[in-house]
Parts: sequence; structure tokens; C-alpha cells
Amino acid sequence: MRRERRRVERADDVGPYRLLRLERDGLDAGEPGQFFMLEAPGRLLPRPLSVCLATPAELAFLIDPVGPGTRPLAALAPGDAIHLLGPLGRGFRLDVERPLLVGGGIGIAPLPYLSARLGGPPALLGFRTAGHAEAAALLPGAEVVIDPVLVTDALPSGHDVLACGPEPMLRALTAIYPDAQLAWEAPMACGYGACYGCAVELDGRLQRLCIEGPVVAARRVTGASTMRAGR
Amino acid sequence: MIPVLNASGCLDALTAPDVARTLDAYVTKTVTPLPREGNPPPRIAETDVGMLNSIGLANPGIDAFLGEHLPRLAGLGIPIWVSAGGFSAADYAHVCSLLDTRAEVDTIELNLSCPNVDAPEEDALAIVAAARAATVKPLYAKLSPALPNLPGTAAAVAAAGADGLTLVNTLRGLALDPATLRPRLAAGIGGLSGPALRPVALAAVYACARAVDLPIVGVGGVACGRDALELVAAGASAVAVGTALFADPGVPGRIRAELAVLRGRVPDPGV
Ligand SMILES: Cc1cc2nc3c(=O)[nH]c(=O)nc-3n(C[C@H](O)[C@H](O)[C@H](O)COP(=O)(O)OP(=O)(O)OC[C@H]3O[C@@H](n4cnc5c(N)ncnc54)[C@H](O)[C@@H]3O)c2cc1C
Ligand SMILES: Cc1cc2nc3c(=O)[nH]c(=O)nc-3n(C[C@H](O)[C@H](O)[C@H](O)COP(=O)(O)O)c2cc1C
Ligand code: FES
Repeated sequence: MRRERRRVERADDVGPYRLLRLERDGLDAGEPGQFFMLEAPGRLLPRPLSVCLATPAELAFLIDPVGPGTRPLAALAPGDAIHLLGPLGRGFRLDVERPLLVGGGIGIAPLPYLSARLGGPPALLGFRTAGHAEAAALLPGAEVVIDPVLVTDALPSGHDVLACGPEPMLRALTAIYPDAQLAWEAPMACGYGACYGCAVELDGRLQRLCIEGPVVAARRVTGASTMRAGR
Repeated sequence: MIPVLNASGCLDALTAPDVARTLDAYVTKTVTPLPREGNPPPRIAETDVGMLNSIGLANPGIDAFLGEHLPRLAGLGIPIWVSAGGFSAADYAHVCSLLDTRAEVDTIELNLSCPNVDAPEEDALAIVAAARAATVKPLYAKLSPALPNLPGTAAAVAAAGADGLTLVNTLRGLALDPATLRPRLAAGIGGLSGPALRPVALAAVYACARAVDLPIVGVGGVACGRDALELVAAGASAVAVGTALFADPGVPGRIRAELAVLRGRVPDPGV
């Protein structure tokens, strides 16, 4: 378990989000849905971010700059360097027969890498505004819906759903696809099981999301609405 | 050589054994008589120069700890300190009497200072005396920096049979959501740790080292070799790292390397 330090190769705007591209230099990208803890410049604690793209040369993270940790991360420029720890947690299982990727808002973040590993399965993305929907460029060929149309309005049946997005979306998907694989969020201080801060109710008791997840089978999530999911 | 430990509740040696093996001793999360899920989430929040936690002593309870966790911890090959907690002096005595029978346990640290659960009725002195009667293992008393007379309490627990002190636990703090102005932690108030706590820890160690003749583990905001050295200069004989482990699991090794560089360049703090 060792923190690495990597240089920023490029950073691009993707709609309201920022794609932070770090030199890979031997880093293990892990499985789609796994995450890294990225040093947030000027802050005490690192922030969890999903691997968005993995090429032989780069590891890229898609950042929604929403607060004191993600804003300085989104402001990084080529040549800056940050520490990162990972890959961490449990990602998506790839042994599915009829995959359908579903993303809501910044929940698109883990899907480009997932799509690449699954050979480009069908995908359905929902966004709040047309501006946010510019991020769909990261997943060519995906069907896109914009509020007030919801992904659940456009959802085909007979698929193995792999999804990441806001909590209401994940809850709605759970009702339709109890076997879906869903990527959840919780506040995380460490990402490797040390702090017990990321507790969520799974199988009826509080467990660490960074160890059990962040990707968990929909039916395992028994908790009320204390869990947070990608906005 | 200044021993470097983890602070209780800040490392799970079973999920990160490689990190635990970089320590001079591993301190467990506080174990209580019965299993506890802890407080509802969210239960951590970063603040400007620290973090708040309201974990609330989530632990498997002493029976599952002894049956399932301790045998695996013993396999790490480093001394195991068990942090003991409870809600009465009898709870602490019960946990200590069970730990007393286990060779895998090197030292017992009495958590007399968790800010996230209701404090026992009895004072620190009564708990240490009850624990002392229950075990011959080395007993460290972990005290809160918020005690009105910390050196006085340190002297009292020394008289009651404590073999050492761990200073300090967290201080109570509150963080509000900027948009809603409501508490960010579900429990409301939490324990403040990290850099904000470092001067508090230094003051506590400094005051207690002058009041009692016991070894002291200095805890609070340690993130580098110089932080460790300062605690030792104030009177600690070992240091423990908590919050800094979250950002960098390599921090114990880095602290040692930095201490080696500092040696000879600054006055010897006398250990
Ligand atoms: C495994 C994992 C993977 C992630 N992957 C990505 C990713 O790829 N891209 C990405 O942009 N983000 C991702 N996130 C989310 C990201 O980590 C958080 O948005 C980030 O930590 C926020 O930090 P901050 O300091 O910027 O903002 P914070 O101040 O922590 O929060 C930002 C906003 O959220 C609100 N908020 C904070 N806590 C809660 C809560 N408990 N309930 C409701 N609202 C709350 C705040 O009020 C604020 O408005 C991921 C999270 C996890 C757990
Ligand atoms: C997430 C978290 C959990 C903690 N759990 C415990 C605990 O179970 N028992 C205990 O005695 N102290 C606990 N503490 C307090 C630490 O052991 C330590 O005293 C405090 O965090 C100050 O050190 P630091 O600034 O290096 O973190 C916890 C601290 C944190 C941040
Ligand atoms: S984030 Fe620290 S235990 Fe999960």
C-alpha cells in the first residue's frame, strides 16, 4: 500500500467537468469501478475518484468541481504533480452476458473505462442540462436523455445493468433491476479501510464502502438515504 | 530510536497488514464488551486544519475480537496493543480480565476519552483501579485534552496503577454544511484530529511529563519527523500517528527517515 506521485499530462474541459490526465508510468489501473485517492492540493485529506480512462500512457479522472477538494484538483495544470493511492475497492464484475451501462451526471466517470473493457456495450446517460450532456462525448454511441426525461423512462429490459449516478437514480434502478451492479459514494478519508468513515448499510448492517464496494449488487443496499451517490 | 505506533481507530491491520508491519506496535480500534455498529453516517468531515469523526466506537465486541481478530493480528509479528473501552468501570475490568489471559496482547490502552459516546459515570481513577485489579499487563491510560485538570488526572491514574499515558484523544468540534448551515455529521458533534490538535497534544504531554514519572505516547497531528521530535522534546517517549495515515499510509516510514536526518542537527531531546 504505497502512495505514488504522478505528473499531470493534460487537463481538458468536458462540459462542466474536468478530465485530469496523469502520466501512467507503470501504475496499475485496476478494474473498472475501482478508484484512487487523489491528493487534493492544499487540503488535509485526499479525495476518491474513479478511473475514467486508462491508456498505456495515461490514467484519466473526470472531476466535478463541487467543493474544497475537487476544485483545486480541477485547477491542476500540465506539469503539476500530485500523490495518488490505488487502485482501491471492488469494481464492476465483467462476466455479464448482456451489459447495459447507465450513468447519471458525473456518474459517467467510471463508464468510459468500463465500456472499453467490455468492448463497447450499449449505454444510456442522463444529464441535468444540455451543458452537462457535453460529457457524453466520452462515451460515443451512448443514448442521452436530459431532464425532465429520466434514464428510467428510456430503460430497455433484459439487460445486465452496470450503473453509476445520483442516489435517486440508483434507487429507481434497484426497483427495476435488483441484480444491477451499482457504484455508490460515501465520504471517504482513507479509501483503504483505516478510518471507518465510509460506513453504509449493506445487508442490514453498517459496512465500509471502500472495502465492500464502491460497486455493490443493488439488492445488498438496505440503508436509508444516508448514502450519497454521484450527482 | 523513537517508537512509532498508529493511533487507535486509525488503521485496520487486517485490511492493511503491510502498513501495520511498518509500525513498532499496532494499536487496535477500541474494543468494548458488546459489538457496536457505531454512529449513523455521515461520520467524517474535513475541516480547514483537521477532520471531525463521529465513528462512535464501531467494533466487533470483545468476544469476536478475541476469537477472530486477535489470532490474525498476532500473525503480523509486531507487538499488539489493545485499546479497551466501555461504559462503566465494570466494563473496562471485564475487557481487561479477558485480555489478561491472552499472550498475544502486549499492552492494554484504556480509552478514557472517546468524545463520541456517553462517558462512563465513574472517573478515570476508578476505571484505572478496576482495570489494574483485572490484569497484570502493562496499562496505558488515554486521556482527553479537555479534562479540567489534566496533570492532576495523570497523577491520579498513575497512583491507581497506570504504567503509562497516551496523550491525547480528540477534542469535540462541530462543522456546518455551507449551504444548509446544518451539522455535516449525522451525530452533530464529532472529535477533532489532525494538525489542529498538534499544539494541544504538545501542551498536554509537556504538562503531564512534569506531573508524573510515566512513559507517554504522544498523539495528535503528527505528520512528519519534526512533529514526532517535538512531542519527544515535550516529554513523550513514543509517538502515534492517526489522521496522517489516511492521506499517506507510508507516513510511519517517512517519519523514521526524517528523524534519522534530524538526528545530530537538532539538540537531542533525551531519549
Ligand atoms: C468511490 C468514489 C468514486 C468517486 N468518483 C468520482 C469521480 O470519478 N468524479 C467525481 O467528480 N467525483 C467522484 N466521487 C465524488 C467525490 O469524491 C466527491 O465529490 C468529493 O470527495 C467532494 O469533495 P469536495 O471537498 O470537493 O466537496 P465536499 O465539500 O466534500 O462536498 C461537495 C458538495 O457535496 C455536499 N455534500 C457533502 N457531503 C454530503 C453528504 N453526505 N450528503 C449530501 N451532500 C453532501 C456538500 O454540501 C457540497 O455541496 C467519487 C466518490 C467515491 C466515494
Ligand atoms: C476516524 C478516527 C477514529 C478514531 N477511533 C478511536 C478509537 O476507537 N479509540 C481511541 O482511543 N481513539 C480513537 N481516535 C483518536 C485517535 O486515536 C487520536 O487520539 C486522535 O485522532 C489524534 O491523533 P491524530 O491527530 O494523529 O489523528 C480516532 C480518531 C479518528 C480520526
Ligand atoms: S474510507 Fe476510510 S474506511 Fe473506508
